[in-house]
Amino acid sequence: MWGFLKRPVVVTANINLHLVALTGMGLLSRLWQLTYPRAVVFDEVYYGQYISFYMKRIFFLDDSGPPFGHMVLALGGYLGGFDGNFLWNRIGAEYSSNVPVWSLRLLPALAGALSVPMAYQIVLELHFSHCAAVGAALLMLIENALITQSRLMLLEAVLIFFNLLAVLSYLKFFNCQKQSPFSLSWWFWLTLTGVACSCAVGVKYMGVFTYMLMLVVAAVHAWHLIGDQTLSNVRVFCHLLARAVALLVIPAVLYLLFFYIHLTVLFRSGPHDQIMSSAFQASLEGGLARITQGQPLEVAFGSQVTLRSVFGKPVPCWLHSHQNTYPMIYENGRGSSHQQQVTCYPFKDVNNWWIVKDPRRHQLVVSSPPRPVRHGDMVQLVHGMTARSLNTHDVAAPMSPHSQEVSCYIDYNISMPAQNLWRLEIVNRRSDTEVWKTILSEVRFVHVNTSAVLKLSGAHLPDWGFRQLEIVGEKLSRGYHDSTVWNVEEHRYGTSQEQREREWELNSPVQVDASRNLSFMARFSELQWRMLVLRSDDSEHKYSSSPLEWVTLDTNIAYWLHPRTSAQIHLLGNIVIWVSGSLALAIYMLLFLWYLLRRRRNVHDLPQDAWLCWVLAGSLCGGGWAVNYLPFFLMEKTLFLYHYLPALTFQILLLPVVLQHISDHLCRSQLQRSVFSALVVAWYSSACHVSNTLRPLTYGDKSLSPEELKALRWKDSWDILIRKH
Amino acid sequence: MPPATGGGLAESELRPRRGRCGPQASRAAGRDVAARAAARNPKGLAWGSRRFETASRWALLALVTLLSFATRFHRLDEPPHICWDETHFGKMGSYYINRTFFFDVHPPLGKMLIGLAGYLSGYDGTFLFQKPGDKYEHHSYMGMRGLCAFLGSWLVPFAYLTVLDLSKSLSAALLTAALLTFDTGCLTLSQYILLDPILMFFIMAAMLSMVKYNSCVDRPFSALWWFWLSLTGVSLAGALGVKFVGLFIILQVGLNTIADLWYLFGDLSLSLVTVGKHVTARVLCLIVLPLALYTATFAVHFMVLSKSGPGDGFFSSAFQARLSGNNLHNASIPEHLAYGSEITVKNLQMAIGYLHSHRHLYPEGIGARQQQVTTYLHKDYNNLWIIKKHNTNSDPLDPSFPVEFVRHGDIIRLEHKETSRNLHSHYHEAPLTRKHYQVTGYGINGTGDSNDFWRIEVVNRKFGNRIKVLRSRIRLIHLVTGCVLGSSGKVLPRWGWEQLEVTCTPYLKETLNSLWNVEDHINPKLPNISLNVLQPSFPEILLESHMVMIWGNNGLKPKDNEFTSKPWHWPINYQGLRFSGVNDTDFRVYLLGNPVVWWLNLLSIVLYLLSGSIIAVAMQRGTRVPAEVAGLSQVLLRGGGQVLLGWMLHYFPFFLMGRVLYFHHYFPAMLFSSMLTGILWDTLLRLCAWGLASWPLARGIHMVGILSLLLGTAYSFYLFHPLAYGMVGPLAQDPQSPMAGLRWLDSWEF
Repeated sequence: MWGFLKRPVVVTANINLHLVALTGMGLLSRLWQLTYPRAVVFDEVYYGQYISFYMKRIFFLDDSGPPFGHMVLALGGYLGGFDGNFLWNRIGAEYSSNVPVWSLRLLPALAGALSVPMAYQIVLELHFSHCAAVGAALLMLIENALITQSRLMLLEAVLIFFNLLAVLSYLKFFNCQKQSPFSLSWWFWLTLTGVACSCAVGVKYMGVFTYMLMLVVAAVHAWHLIGDQTLSNVRVFCHLLARAVALLVIPAVLYLLFFYIHLTVLFRSGPHDQIMSSAFQASLEGGLARITQGQPLEVAFGSQVTLRSVFGKPVPCWLHSHQNTYPMIYENGRGSSHQQQVTCYPFKDVNNWWIVKDPRRHQLVVSSPPRPVRHGDMVQLVHGMTARSLNTHDVAAPMSPHSQEVSCYIDYNISMPAQNLWRLEIVNRRSDTEVWKTILSEVRFVHVNTSAVLKLSGAHLPDWGFRQLEIVGEKLSRGYHDSTVWNVEEHRYGTSQEQREREWELNSPVQVDASRNLSFMARFSELQWRMLVLRSDDSEHKYSSSPLEWVTLDTNIAYWLHPRTSAQIHLLGNIVIWVSGSLALAIYMLLFLWYLLRRRRNVHDLPQDAWLCWVLAGSLCGGGWAVNYLPFFLMEKTLFLYHYLPALTFQILLLPVVLQHISDHLCRSQLQRSVFSALVVAWYSSACHVSNTLRPLTYGDKSLSPEELKALRWKDSWDILIRKH
Repeated sequence: MPPATGGGLAESELRPRRGRCGPQASRAAGRDVAARAAARNPKGLAWGSRRFETASRWALLALVTLLSFATRFHRLDEPPHICWDETHFGKMGSYYINRTFFFDVHPPLGKMLIGLAGYLSGYDGTFLFQKPGDKYEHHSYMGMRGLCAFLGSWLVPFAYLTVLDLSKSLSAALLTAALLTFDTGCLTLSQYILLDPILMFFIMAAMLSMVKYNSCVDRPFSALWWFWLSLTGVSLAGALGVKFVGLFIILQVGLNTIADLWYLFGDLSLSLVTVGKHVTARVLCLIVLPLALYTATFAVHFMVLSKSGPGDGFFSSAFQARLSGNNLHNASIPEHLAYGSEITVKNLQMAIGYLHSHRHLYPEGIGARQQQVTTYLHKDYNNLWIIKKHNTNSDPLDPSFPVEFVRHGDIIRLEHKETSRNLHSHYHEAPLTRKHYQVTGYGINGTGDSNDFWRIEVVNRKFGNRIKVLRSRIRLIHLVTGCVLGSSGKVLPRWGWEQLEVTCTPYLKETLNSLWNVEDHINPKLPNISLNVLQPSFPEILLESHMVMIWGNNGLKPKDNEFTSKPWHWPINYQGLRFSGVNDTDFRVYLLGNPVVWWLNLLSIVLYLLSGSIIAVAMQRGTRVPAEVAGLSQVLLRGGGQVLLGWMLHYFPFFLMGRVLYFHHYFPAMLFSSMLTGILWDTLLRLCAWGLASWPLARGIHMVGILSLLLGTAYSFYLFHPLAYGMVGPLAQDPQSPMAGLRWLDSWEF
């Protein structure tokens, strides 16, 4: 216990100076003049607004990815003391003094810088030489596109960091497996793999691809483990269990945690409330919650309600009616019932109020005690302001002639009988006698006479309907669809018998009381679902590109242009690295195929362990490239060059692996080897040269003359901005 | 059909998968089998019992086939009106008989067969096939339905033979056959004029012949081997020729072939030359042959459909020149564009149409209030434009001027002939695509401003070349703003007469939307040449029709607010399709799988995955098992695996598809799923019987299990048969209805 008194305390540290130097250079390249330009650069305008929302605790919904990435960026803002007050509206706008640009850009830059030493480590862990490892790191260091992307408030650098971390920790774990399974470092690296994977997924959905790759590789290794008959059954089971926990359970839990933090931090209502359900909105502070607090929970006969369409497409809206009637004859010559219009209206309005009436009684007020409406009850819906009841009949609807028209019944038109009875169906009921609840119940209205269902058709009415949305009775209800489902949003017990009083009552605000809360899982599943199904218009973009253009770097993105000089920042890769990366991949595939076929014929060109290294390096690096690149061919969204960067990093890792393989196994004599090394050195210096030439476009720190800019336009398809004077 | 057995080879247990020197191995295997059979019949009745067995096999096959035909042809003529998609495919059959050109998203073989069947059975192609529910009256429709039912009937024997070959077990094959015979869905789908029975026929034929040639593996290059291999190729061509879904079975055969070659390649006793022969044989039979046949169906398609019809507008100008009755057919126009020519300009993107303008202005608030420019799909006087020089307004048709050709890179002005306004663009946003610039008609009598100048460019041409009618792909670049004339393909609101929007896009992307060609060309000063010179070659037609088909398929997008069938609905038989009739007085046919069969299939897939992975792990752990169990596991893993792969390939890709999906898309997958069920239950019951061998009644377990499954399916068919054969009377809610009490899911609509 008192050993330290007897013996001197000695700390022996092994410091890999290469690693330190690489880290240093990485930091230097990424952090140098980080606050320049002090203006909004490209997609910072997009992520910046979310950072502001985080700072102000306002709820938002972004379909581009899970919240972890946004939270990482927001953390930078939080550390820098950002108050969120900046109008993110225009690329190139100068940052005001309250925006801590350095700390906002710091975390992505750090992630980008650390990717450099990680590349070194990965290649080492793949059992390739120290020289190859340094080569990989140096390539990462001078890749212009990676530098540009890391120095700004963007997510790709963070994603790449976690991708590499996942690969690295899996490799460390895999190497531990051979020597000391279930040791402390074994557990550490295994868990870190799971954590890194889930962080990658949390930054962008694209991270799923790397996660899948890791799962497949882990599964293959686990399969070999099962086949290892020196291990006992129990031990194999323990191995499998540990992997399942670390690679499946932990990522799932972490993913939920991201959302938990997201929803806890963002508790105020904001601009995206409308997209969410009423119940979700009611759980946010301000907004709907202010109105719905204190509403009676159970809808009773005589209740005054507003009914919101659950589907909310094309816009969220409420069931609505107004004095105007359907035109006698439509433009295409069809006739209508000429009764009062019923529409769906996307704004709050006094005409959105409806009264739930018991068909057997005349009164429109809630009796005491209130008689709640239950699933299966027959109701009439009386429009509050006009006192006419919701009706549908066998007349073709204005825009969707295959469905029935829905109107408010006008009693002077005696040619058609009133058909205004509706049966209430609670879709999310737990029992068949469940009571209709405000906000929580999702209901359908089934017409008693024709069994048509009240539905939002999604079509806009023309001018006579004030461009509001069409409501129809869907006759052949083909199963369940959200557009037929409604929920009560605002609700109060009606007290006024007279029409005049009622109008006054409807116009007055609802009273205030306690609030209702949704469980976290309910909020999470709703938010996740909306994020996945929300489809933003696939807007054309000037710099959008197709995946085929990426491999050969046929495209670039202009990120920023100095307001006066011609200093500019571009996302533009180091073309030598891109081309040789693709070449290396092709060479790898050819060699792999060649070896594979020859091994099948029992010709072993490589010793067994070299072959295994070769396969593992290929499946991780080549596989990483494939899973991060090929899926884009199937995607229909707008794509940009920066989507290729994760794939590119894997290609860069593969490059030195292939080079070393050629030098070790294909160069037969010492002479060939020396010549090859010389070529590699020449090639690397050309890459450095290119990187240096493109540096003004990467950092944007130097204003070039038009001639110099023209000279940089090596490909016709590159869009380099040249000012006309 | 050839017999189920390849000599004595298909007997009893699994043979070694790879024998190599044909005759010897087969003899050895035969002896082996005989020995085993003899071992089982200690009384030495082997020979007699084998003859009896062969005969009974034949009898069973005949029985299965007969039952299948009987169920498919029973009440085939009812209802005597158009059901569901018969309205499409019947109509397309008629088009073949009338030889009018049409457009469809599927390749032509299926519809050609329907047309042929109609033709042979005396249908004259005069029925209009307007909408479901129309009565056929005196028109002969039984030939077309008969063909579909005939092909659909073969599914059952094919599945029977496939399973028999994969599992070597009669009971598994019988179970599969029963599942398919008694499935109301398969039955319904086979009884109408649809592509699906034809498609499934080819898919199953390909599967069967693939399995058969796999089992001929010990006699490579024998006649039988060649026969099955080439039959596989023929069936693949058939499957792809009916619908693009045929690609999935091609994928399956491809994977199987690769695995096959991989084994052969690893067999060191085979020389590389032999392996090369194997590869060549497969390339010939599985790639070259199907491609040739597939192309041939298209050749026939284009030859038969020689008259202009409803499909013309979908195709390019050059394509239309082939069709008699089209105004481009046998037309003769000047070849090169010259100043003063009157032209129509067609967008190269499919279904966009001609550049068009008319005397209506853009409404208030939408860009500048100038004359509208749109694209229009039909031929019209307002599609005519005159090419003029940008700087002079003199009439180039004046005979005193020499003819001057328009060349690549020239700066021109396009004057609308009817209204004498120039094609014009400026920095106002376009009506629908806000990021593009508006295109208008501007100026009076051809006098406008510098915003009317366009540079005409031919794609992939050098400066100064002349511009050819029909053939040159043209880009029009606005001189002032540098944008490119294009059509966004969006439909304008009513003020624009629901024609398509024309914009000038600042993004210089190579898309077909911004490329145009000149179609009509009038210039009295130039000599006319016959368009026949410009007629596209067969490969060009083939390519173009495929582009149009792919575009058409992509265009079938579901709208929001519409109920659509989702792939996850299908295996659980969530919802069917109404073939005919809605109300209780109608004759109703409802396409819905027999729920007993379908849910059994679903359960089997889960069970299969479970038992399969248990066996695989056990084998990987090196567990020692008796030979009988090992044999059964092999059947489960190999045979079952093949079929499971088929199910996955025919089901999972639908999750990635953006187009509108229907319930009947699941049926090819369902065939594989039924085969899996057959193999799985037979194997599991055998394993059970083996596991309980000490128990006296163990032997009966297998028999009783299979029999109860067979009877259960048959009984469920008895319950649900009105779905397929038609029902009249009250709907299922009513206790009087034939389907009373059978509406087990609320989503079924009968």
